Amino acid sequence: MTVSTLQKTVARPAPQAEAATALLDVRGLRTEFRTDGGVVTPLLGVDFSVAPGETLALVGESGSGKSVTSLSIMGLLARPAGRIAAGSALFRTRDGASVDLARADDATLRRLRGRELAMIFQEPMTSLNPVLPVGEQIADAVRLHLGLDRQAALAHALRMLELVEIPAARQRLREYPHQMSGGMRQRVMIALALSCEPRLLIADEPTTALDVTIQAQILVLMRKLQHELGMGILFITHNLGVVAETAQRVAVMYAGRIVETGTVREVFKAPKHPYTRGLMECLPANAHRDERGQPVRLKAIPGQVAAPGRQPPGCAFAPRCAFAEPRCESAVPALAAVAPDHQSRCLRWSAL
Amino acid sequence: MNAVAENIPMSREETAEALIRVRGLHKHFGTGERPVRAVEDVSFDIRPGEVLGLVGESGSGKSTIGRCVLRLLDPTRGEVHYGGQDLARLPPRALRPLRRELQIVFQDPYASLNPRLRIRDIIGEALDTHGLHRGEARAARIAELLSLVGLPVDYADRYPHEFSGGQRQRIGIARALAVEPRFIVADEPVAALDVSIQAQVLNLLQELRERLGLTMLFISHDLDVVEYLCDRVVVLYLGRVMEIAPAEALYRNPRHPYTEALLAASPRPDPDQVKARKPLQGEVPSPVNPPSGCVFRTRCPYVQDACASTVPRLKEVAPGHFKACLRDDVPLAAP
Repeated sequence: MTVSTLQKTVARPAPQAEAATALLDVRGLRTEFRTDGGVVTPLLGVDFSVAPGETLALVGESGSGKSVTSLSIMGLLARPAGRIAAGSALFRTRDGASVDLARADDATLRRLRGRELAMIFQEPMTSLNPVLPVGEQIADAVRLHLGLDRQAALAHALRMLELVEIPAARQRLREYPHQMSGGMRQRVMIALALSCEPRLLIADEPTTALDVTIQAQILVLMRKLQHELGMGILFITHNLGVVAETAQRVAVMYAGRIVETGTVREVFKAPKHPYTRGLMECLPANAHRDERGQPVRLKAIPGQVAAPGRQPPGCAFAPRCAFAEPRCESAVPALAAVAPDHQSRCLRWSAL
Repeated sequence: MNAVAENIPMSREETAEALIRVRGLHKHFGTGERPVRAVEDVSFDIRPGEVLGLVGESGSGKSTIGRCVLRLLDPTRGEVHYGGQDLARLPPRALRPLRRELQIVFQDPYASLNPRLRIRDIIGEALDTHGLHRGEARAARIAELLSLVGLPVDYADRYPHEFSGGQRQRIGIARALAVEPRFIVADEPVAALDVSIQAQVLNLLQELRERLGLTMLFISHDLDVVEYLCDRVVVLYLGRVMEIAPAEALYRNPRHPYTEALLAASPRPDPDQVKARKPLQGEVPSPVNPPSGCVFRTRCPYVQDACASTVPRLKEVAPGHFKACLRDDVPLAAP
């Protein structure tokens, strides 16, 4: 089948995504929502790119804008409240055409979703149809996008369930989502998302609701499938351990902007933004005990992120930052290159 | 009579008197022939001033144990000794005065605070219930509690919706501390919080523990958080105790195959430590129909025939370090 033929032709992930060859190239993406209290802008201008076969992790805490980023790219913003106010998201389709997802009409997006780009979510129960057997759901997608007849589509669905290593796949084909465990449902959702071999997979906290032993299974599975199918992955997570396990590059988001981006190794080993460094230092996994065996206090980041619309005029992190100077509060710093593939949105990055 | 008395982690070096002594705890949900066996024959001690961690995945029984210990649920069988009494058997009237001494902090700071009450009354309700700090002393006590958990005193007049998750969790902690408890069950108190806020709340718990000498049962699925805060750790799987050990020994040298697998599955925030791993296969079996013998055997990489017929008892493999596994020769790989 196609999986094995693809396996031979796909190169390992390129370490660096050039805009010219990028699968997805996002520039200045700005998304706003109209609310009763006025317009809020959770996404204030985001730039990143994903190369074919590469995994880029988008990491940040609640309200950083990471999920709004993925919904904007997929054209899944709640309408009419949400809209892309500025920027572009150029996506390269398998026939070489370039489509701006930020401006594409509904018909174009419908054609692309599933076939060219697909998404998996944190909670599979909300994305799977509860009244349709899972085999039918996968078969529906492949009939629509690949033009297979019903028998061929069901056979394809079975191969997909086997690909995601669901035991007794033939029986599972006829089961409903509620008959499955959380881990099995997540496998079904991955099978559904990958059934038409998309070139880009957006995974929004796909293992957050799972137990660690099941999370480990799903992460190994995703790595295997990426290797076999060669897709690019935009992996959205709040878990830095998961980033270290899955991604080659990482973009750290804070209050609607990317504040640091680079290879996972560089960003984790030598963070050049005070927020990234703060996140690393406050992890219990990086904590110590004193000579009496008592836990040494974690280096918590003081305060909390400002609500959208109430952010300071300059660097959004300045009110919580130990390195802040008066100039940090006057204007939003630009992303500065600190190394060939490493950027930081901090005026004082060289002091870190 | 006690069937309960057979599977107890009693160390040869045990000397300290326990504040809470749990013996042979069972909790089954549903009656009839096939109840959900949420907790099966669990025994452990919590010493004064100790933070005991209870870790396990979904369905391991950790929250159920916490609620049984506080008698928020009635155990099906077993004993919970506290202050010379068995909480599991006390009638409600006798239990009420003890409630002041035994408190709980919940996971969800959004669901556990009454949205219609001001913070003053959320904390004050606990004082009123137990007749503490009446009249003028009430406001002073509430102010004292707010500053104890690191919140401005004037927040007392606000409502829960005005606060972030981390602030709400501080309020939940202040409410639990209001009645000066001797023992607190903290059920996933930082699971709903972002890491930067989680660190603030963990620091607060550690500080309160040092200042007030709190004894705590700390329930969590997060192995890193438990390692950070807890003195000793109980590892649960499908309602049963797999391993009990001092935190450092457990993390450095896990002796039960499940603990080993759990630690290996936890992703490290370090790109240099990513190892090609073989994750544990399969899923947790149903607690309605748990496997015979060792409940972990269906996923255990070291399983032998005997594991299907014998329920392993806890045995001491190092001072204060217990495991419930028939095989003495595993885990094979030294950490």
